[in-house]
Amino acid sequence: MSKRTVEVELSTTGLDAHGRPQRVPILTDDGGGGLALQAPAALEPELEGEHMLINIGPQHPATHGVLRLVLELDGETVVRCIPHIGYLHCGFEKIGEYRQYNQIIPWTDREDYLNSIGNNVAFALGAERLFGIEITERCKVLRVIASELSRIMSHLVWLGTFCIDIGAFTPFLWAFQRREEIYRLLEKWVGARLTTSATRVGGMAADIPSGWMDGLRQFVRTFPQTLEEIDRVLTKNAIWVGRTVGLGVMTPDEAINWGLSGPMLRASGVDYDVRKDFPYLDYETYDFEVPVGTNGDVYDRYLVRFEELRQSTRILAQAADRLPDGPVNIDDPRIILPPKSKATSEMESMIHHFKVVMEGPRPPIGESYFAVESPKGEKGYYMVSDGTAKPVRWRIRPPSFVNLAAIPKMVEGHLLSDVIAINASIDIVMGEIDR
Amino acid sequence: MNRFEILRTGRAGSNEQVATPGAVSHRDAPPNPSAAALSDKFGSAIQRREVIWGETIVYVDPAKVHDIIRWLHDDPSQQYDFLSDVTAVEYRDAEVPIEVVWHLRSLPYRRFLRVKVQLPKGQPLEVASVYDIYRAADWLERECYDMFGIRFRGHPDLRRILMWEQYKEGFPLRKDFPLRGRFSRSEQLRQSLAQNPEARYSMEELSIADAYAELPEDMRKRLSLGERTGE
Amino acid sequence: MGLSAPAEHSTVEYAPESQEGWVATRLDFLVNWARANSLWPMPFGTACCAIEFMATAASDFDLARFGMERMSFSPRQADVLICAGRVPFKLAPILRRIWQQMPQPKWCISMGACASSGGMFDNYAVVQGIDTIIPVDVYVPGCPPRPEALIYGIRMLQEKVKNERAADKGTRDEMEPDPTSQLYIPPSVIDELGEPFGNSVNQTRSGL
Repeated sequence: MSKRTVEVELSTTGLDAHGRPQRVPILTDDGGGGLALQAPAALEPELEGEHMLINIGPQHPATHGVLRLVLELDGETVVRCIPHIGYLHCGFEKIGEYRQYNQIIPWTDREDYLNSIGNNVAFALGAERLFGIEITERCKVLRVIASELSRIMSHLVWLGTFCIDIGAFTPFLWAFQRREEIYRLLEKWVGARLTTSATRVGGMAADIPSGWMDGLRQFVRTFPQTLEEIDRVLTKNAIWVGRTVGLGVMTPDEAINWGLSGPMLRASGVDYDVRKDFPYLDYETYDFEVPVGTNGDVYDRYLVRFEELRQSTRILAQAADRLPDGPVNIDDPRIILPPKSKATSEMESMIHHFKVVMEGPRPPIGESYFAVESPKGEKGYYMVSDGTAKPVRWRIRPPSFVNLAAIPKMVEGHLLSDVIAINASIDIVMGEIDR
Repeated sequence: MNRFEILRTGRAGSNEQVATPGAVSHRDAPPNPSAAALSDKFGSAIQRREVIWGETIVYVDPAKVHDIIRWLHDDPSQQYDFLSDVTAVEYRDAEVPIEVVWHLRSLPYRRFLRVKVQLPKGQPLEVASVYDIYRAADWLERECYDMFGIRFRGHPDLRRILMWEQYKEGFPLRKDFPLRGRFSRSEQLRQSLAQNPEARYSMEELSIADAYAELPEDMRKRLSLGERTGE
Repeated sequence: MGLSAPAEHSTVEYAPESQEGWVATRLDFLVNWARANSLWPMPFGTACCAIEFMATAASDFDLARFGMERMSFSPRQADVLICAGRVPFKLAPILRRIWQQMPQPKWCISMGACASSGGMFDNYAVVQGIDTIIPVDVYVPGCPPRPEALIYGIRMLQEKVKNERAADKGTRDEMEPDPTSQLYIPPSVIDELGEPFGNSVNQTRSGL
């Protein structure tokens, strides 16, 4: 084959002769923002045309929920992208003002539904700071286990759907098979697979049943094998690398200024992880690493999340070994339900039970913003209390919302199929974005 | 470095070891050093300072909030480079003003600060936008406008983001907005089905949005009254 | 039994004395069997139920063995609209448009509590049941329904499909509400039937 033929073959897939994605230069203004794109005349000297406007979504398999992207295209190259969200806005924050703190916990499941038990933990921690109570040691370790299981679950969905968007279908099935194992574990623990509502203010809804730890250890033992399989298939695959390297680059300063957090920020080279910088649940006592990328492109985000899966398994192994005995819930019946045996036999406990259920625990006047490292980024719950059982304001700081706001910046100058890859690499959950 | 390896660090930020805070006091925890620095620099524009559950809250004058946040971002001793959140709080008591809240983080110094501004309810709710300092404020301020009706001066594109743009019921997170909305269910359904999602992406409308400032006055007026162009 | 006068609006027309011979019944069986066992779903997945739908389609519960091999994301090529997840008012016209774009024969499964009745979201933002916008054949309750529950709902739909008859002329009609019909309740009357102090927790049919 002559060189000419090879170039033609490669260039039809949007790659140049070296396998790098073809790039059209972006004009930037002084502030670093991208201006409307102009294709250089050398590329297509004879062709003239107007820009085309296409609409992706809100019903679309590759938008990860109901996201609508309006793209202005010059041929196949994106000139401008206008995202429209709000198609899953369900009034979470409004209804939080009409529910007691324990009643809000099922709502935290549905908001970022891939990270439901992680959200339960985050909300319970925020509420406990608002109440000013300290949870037991056993509860802390259980919550670490819950958060890391949730991180693994979320990253597995991300991995599966990301692969589908790029074109590889099988890792999706592998990932969901692993998720079924975690579902079984969660079902044994709290009774539900996906929407767990596992925590309560002051403790957990239930302690782990006997034999549960063996299931967790079994999962920790077998999970790295799946990761190896997926790694072997994807990480050094020429198609994978060709489709993800160099896409959607965000420099570290841009990433911080645009408010990116989580793997999006770390892939750009900024090592900010809430578990390390503003720790909670004694994360500083666990031995784990935070992967940080270099280029800030889609490939680095993939590597960062993949490595986080390995690190989460490591944390799970440590937590499984250090789970202390003792009570799971705090010993304050004004805040958390007393054990059922006491509630049905002692008058005082019955009254406490009644008050906690009907009226709900009341925190002192104040406010608290509690941030955790969710799989998507910095997830914060801001609660303002006026002393009553229902919060005055329940604000969810959604990491995917702020991450998605950067998509117009990231897709300018890329091709249409790259838009799908970049969108998938942000790891958005519309439930969290729209709330 | 090998292209397929990623840089790993054992911990983030500076070298001090940080621990999970335990047994935080309700109001007596030590404040963030930035609060004192702000009082030194801006004097009376800093109206009040509180530390609740270990988090420092600074109440500032609405007219000066942009300069204060600009200083917090630019000054090398503060370096609040990360905007976590922009939101608002309306209290149940009708006399209490609405507060606009900024959550700022300094990644190099590992600090967290809450800046608040109080907007009395009788007047139009307006505050300066920090879009020029943090791009993260783009969508966060739009959402605040959508939910509370607070206008951010200087925001380039302040329109509704979560509800559809012709949403008539009001601003949902206000306390005088009932949980189930102001209209009946069938009316809400009728209005939602009447929104025409496709009419908002013609080329004409996009270019009009860009060139809004150069449009003749009567055309701007007609557009603001809801006249729709394009398809 | 209930009407004092014979109903004059159009009813289901099924004349038992029509030609329902052996060939017609076998043809019915064949067509229905083919349709029921190859329902191509259009997953209109919005929220958590969509994840359970994905889990049902994945290896452990495998929807492909029920004929739902190919998820059709284009409504033009789909048979069943599976609305999995909550539908806010902003999304309502889109759902309506997708339903209108699907060609007959089409069915709809409302998966989950939020699609069936608004679920836990009884507030200003969520449609209180997609059957206020599109006609629903099977409701699968749950929050989210277990994969087994969804499979049960799909099996119910297959039964429903198998019980259709070609002689029944009105099945595949897309009816607009007929204001002259005795069954039609205008929206203003429905609004009055609601509780006096505002929107009630009951689902109200708008008859749009």
